[in-house]
This record gives sequence, structure tokens and C-alpha cells, in this order.
Amino acid sequence: MSENTEATAEIAEVVPADAPQLPVVDVRTGMFGGGTQGDTSGYGGLVRTVELPAASVRPFGGWFDEVADEVGLALQDDGVAFDDAVIYTVVDRGEITFHVAPEHLIAFMTRMRDEPGLRFEICTGVSGVHYPHMVGAEFHAVWHLLSITHNRMVRVEVSASAEHPHVPSVVSVYPADDWHERETFDMFGIVFDGHPGLTRILMPDDWPGHPQRKDYPLGGIPVEYKGATVPPPDQRRSYS
Amino acid sequence: MSDVTYESAFVDGDDDAFTDPYAGSYDTTEGRVFTVTGADWDTVLAPAPGHKERIVVNMGPQHPSTHGVLRLILELDGETVTEARCGIGYLHTGIEKNMEYRTWTQGVSFVTRMDYLACMANEAGYVLAVEKLLGIENDVPERAQIIRVIALELQRISSHLVALATGGFEMGALTAMTNGFRDREEILRLIEMMSGLRMNNAYLRPGGVAQDMPDYGIAQIREVLDKLPKALDGVPRLLVDNGIWKDRTSGIGYLDLAGCMALGVTGPVLRATGLPYDVRKAMPYFGYETYDFDVPTADGCDVYGRFLIRIEEINQSLRIIGQACDRLEKTPGPVMVADKKIAWPAQLSIGGDGQGNSLDHIRHIMGESMEALIHHFKLVTEGFHVPAGQVYSWTEAPRGALGVHAVSDGGTRPFRVHVRDPSFNNLQATAAMCEGGMVADVIGAVASIDPVMGGVDR
Repeated sequence: MSENTEATAEIAEVVPADAPQLPVVDVRTGMFGGGTQGDTSGYGGLVRTVELPAASVRPFGGWFDEVADEVGLALQDDGVAFDDAVIYTVVDRGEITFHVAPEHLIAFMTRMRDEPGLRFEICTGVSGVHYPHMVGAEFHAVWHLLSITHNRMVRVEVSASAEHPHVPSVVSVYPADDWHERETFDMFGIVFDGHPGLTRILMPDDWPGHPQRKDYPLGGIPVEYKGATVPPPDQRRSYS
Repeated sequence: MSDVTYESAFVDGDDDAFTDPYAGSYDTTEGRVFTVTGADWDTVLAPAPGHKERIVVNMGPQHPSTHGVLRLILELDGETVTEARCGIGYLHTGIEKNMEYRTWTQGVSFVTRMDYLACMANEAGYVLAVEKLLGIENDVPERAQIIRVIALELQRISSHLVALATGGFEMGALTAMTNGFRDREEILRLIEMMSGLRMNNAYLRPGGVAQDMPDYGIAQIREVLDKLPKALDGVPRLLVDNGIWKDRTSGIGYLDLAGCMALGVTGPVLRATGLPYDVRKAMPYFGYETYDFDVPTADGCDVYGRFLIRIEEINQSLRIIGQACDRLEKTPGPVMVADKKIAWPAQLSIGGDGQGNSLDHIRHIMGESMEALIHHFKLVTEGFHVPAGQVYSWTEAPRGALGVHAVSDGGTRPFRVHVRDPSFNNLQATAAMCEGGMVADVIGAVASIDPVMGGVDR
């Protein structure tokens, strides 16, 4: 018993008090996902929070530290501290993600492109993600940068709230991002400030809503087959 | 615009004039705009003195030479293109949204329909992303990886053959088209032999492939490999040293290295600037680093260079397939990852009523093991859980580098899958390639990007 208490105290010391909280991506109840039927299993009371990988601390390992150091040094020339520009960094599954403060995104991207030690020549485009559970940071814009010179790839992520879904446009740095940002605006309603012509690209110009948001219904009609009805995909039982 | 007044009759005071309700003119903030249909050019008044003639031509989305439902909006000054813009979205089917409502395995059947001329290349990017999320990319059996390489290279050949065929067709070389499609048929037969389907294969699955290569598979591939180079020679012999073709394609659709970098262009267009960037070499996957092949380049930055690169890439793909066939013969074993909580439980086979679950498996789950039945049912209906997080996979599709950004929320369905299709990105280069050139060269430039609208619009 006393051993256990000691062990707990030790763990509490290891985890620093200012450790960043894990981003919660979902809160699930029960075991089987189906919420509409009665709870016959007895597991309906289970509550489970699903969290994304937590922020990493140095050393990140491999060339990740090199990139972080280089961009940190370069940003000092702009009068920006690395910790101000990069809110936190995640190393997961062999990939590095810089969560960048929106106000420093352009400086960050410019340095990533231009510094000889970084040379991320190609922006492979932006992808949006809608996390309804992350209150205040519901919308994430995710860029992937490729360096052909150093054969590296990094991920740059910026978040915005649902009330004010604005992030800076990087088209001035990477012209390749033009259509990608239009697509992300079209699908998520993330407004890229500074984009030269932010209009819809895949959906019709007068389309209401932004289809890839989680609260936008998938649509579909029930299909009748030999007297039974198959509901549309978004109304079927899910097991997540 | 509320300030626009539309007049359907355009000749004042002439009752006999033909009145076309669709051809008229109206005032806009930028001046008077005439809509002209058919042979009524003469009836349109000449522009007022001092006004520059400015013709905006809508090409497509239904036009035989725009490579699918691509709409090109061209502003012309005589025969010269002063502005070129693309209108896309005509083939948007919401694949990424739909995937969020199916299991991770079912996602393969969705991505395969994106770039429908390189179905398995989309699958490769997707399964690589799912395997990275699961952390099993090194646990996929060797035999499955070799089969994947064969499938991908066959797909590359068939895709490049269509690129050469339709590119030739759009510029008037009809024999190139008939030859290209004839040879592609041979490749599609092999793909059908392996996967059961000619297109939309859903053959690559997270953890392996849907079914093993048939016993006679390698022999059949070898047979085609032996006769194909001779047949494939048709298009090159028709066009490579053809003076008309060279004049038609050299120096047009120019995009140099700086342009490719700025616009994120990859694939044959990038390699035509002389930079040998190929993801199979730079960031190998599926064991590509163990195969012996070259990355062809050209230095013209033009349509002709891209055409030569596609021809040489077909030859390199044949080289890879030959090596992979040798290896496959010596590599027996499973074609699905060993983890039974991820591996698809059944293999496919062909019965009297077509392709379906193998009879051995049906006998096992229906007659021998209750647990196996439950396990099969759970995996197929519910799917497997994927730990929360995000990854990006980067693979070389025939049209360029294909990126898949996959996000999991720990559930059995994708939280978000975004496919960075090379066609979508490369089509941005249309303006850079076409503006300042002749209107006839627009066709060649777009054909050399080789966009597939299924992938562009998703």
C-alpha cells in the first residue's frame, strides 16, 4: 500500500505542473457506439475521452531538432522568439507537427522556405480538419511542406475558433496553395485572410454551407429492398 | 448584378432582324457585353473606336479535347491567349466526406474512384497512411509488398498509355490513340487477373492486398511483358521522331523549375525541367528502394519533354515488374498482415456465381468455428480501431506526388481523409503554361499535365 503511494508521488513529480493538456478529439460513452437502443450490455455508463498525441519536449530526435533550431534562429532575425511563434510541437509516428500562432504564420513559412538549412521549397497544399470538441480551436488548417534539397517533410498546423474561423493565407509565400486554400474554404468555411481571390472551387458558387464540417449532414435517402428499409449511411448504427 | 439590363433584341428598329433570345447584349460595369451564338458574328456591331477587342471563350466542360469535364475560360486577343483560367468542380462527388461514414477498410473503395485512371495509385497512398496510423507499415508481408509494386507499376503503364493516347488524340494523332488504348487493354487484362476488376479495384487493403496472385499469374504477366515492348513501340515510333509532332509540342506549355517549385508541381512535368525527383527514390515505400530503375528526365520544360518522359517511364515500369516477378516466385507466404485484429478475415475466390469469399473460409465460419464467425462479423461490420493521431503519406502516382492526410479519432471510421491529388495541384499551372501562347497550344499544355477530373474534383 505504502509502495503504491510512493509510486504515485513519484509519477506526480515526473509530470510537470505546466504540462500541456492533451487535445481532446472526442468523448464517447458506452462500448458499442449504438446510442439509440436500450442499454442491454451494462456498459452504457462508460465514459471515455479520446485524446490526440500530446506535445513533445526536446530532444525531438533525428533532424527534427535541427529544423526547430534553424527556424528558431531565423525567426530571431524577425524579432520573434521560437516559443512565441510555435505554440507547441508534436512528434508522433515519425512525423513532426509545428502548431504555429496565426500572427507569426507568414514569418514562419517564409523562413521555412528561404533559409538554406530548411529549404522547404514545395508546399503540398492545405487540408482542413474540424474538431467540434476542441472549444475555441475547432478548425485546424494543416499544411505539409516538402524540402527536396534535404528530403524532409514537416507539418504546420494553425487553429481557429468556430466564431472567428480566420487564418492567414500563405499564397504570398507559396503560390501553390491558391487552389488548396480555396478548397479548404469551400469545404470548411475557414477564411484565409490575404488570399487573392477566396471563392468556392468545387461546390457551386451559391451553395449554402460548408460540406466537410462535422455538423453538415451527409445526406442520402433510405433505400427500400424487399420490404425492408436500409437507412442512409449517416443514420446507420456506428461503432466508433 | 442588379444593374444589368438584358436586351434580347439587339438590332434597334429592324423588325426583320433575327431575334435570338440567347444572343444579345447587355451593359456591365466593364462595358457592353455581347453574347454570340453560331453564325451571327456579322450582326454584332463592331466595337466602338478605342475599345480593345476582348473575346472570352468558354472551352468545356463538355469538349472533346479538354481531357474530361474541365472548363477552360480563355481570354483571347486574336489567336493569342491573354488569360487562361480553369473552372473545376463538375465531377465533385464528396468522396472525402463519404469516407467519414464508412470503415477504414471501406475507404479503399472510395479513394480508388478518385483518379480513375490510376485507381491503385490512390489506394497505395491511402493504405500507406492507414498503416502509418496503425504503426504496421513494417509488418506488411513481403509477398504483399511485391504484389503491390507489380500492381502499381502496371497501373502506371496503363495510366501513361492513356496519357499518350488522349494527348495524341487531342492534337490530332489518332493512330496514337488507337495504339495506346489497344496496349492498355493488355495491361487492364493483367490487372483484372490480379484484382478481379479492370478499374476501381479496391485491391490494396490496409495490411496487405485483397487476394493473392493466382497460380498462373506470373506466367501470364511474363507472357505480356515479352510481347508488350514490341507493341508499345508503336506510339514512340509514330511520334518521337515525327516532325509534325515535334513542331507541335516542342517549346510549348513551358514551365521551368522555378515555376514548378512555386506551383508545387510534381511528376512528369517537374521531371521535364531536369530535376529527377521521384518519391519512389526520395522517400521509398513498399520496398521500392530494393528495385533497380532509373528516373528519366528531360530538359526542355515543354510538352515534348513530358511526352518523352512518359514513354521512358513505361519502360522503367516494365523493368520493375520483371524484377518483382522474379522475386514473387521466390517469396511464398501470406498477403495480409498477421495481426488478426486488423487483417481482413477472408480471401476472395471465384465461384460459379462470380467473385466472392473463398469457400474454405465460408466452410470455416459457418460450419467449424462460432468464434471465427463472430470475429469475421465484427471486423467486417464494425472495422478495426485506429489509434488517434494524424499522418501524411507521400507516394508517386503516375501524375505526380500524391499526398494523403489521414486523421483518426481513435474510432473505426476515418475522422478526416484529405487527398492531395497531383492533378488538382498541377492544373494550377495552366495559366503559367498557356498565357501568351497560341490558343491551339492550350490543348497540348493541358494534355501534358494530364489531369484526371475524378482526382481533381474528388
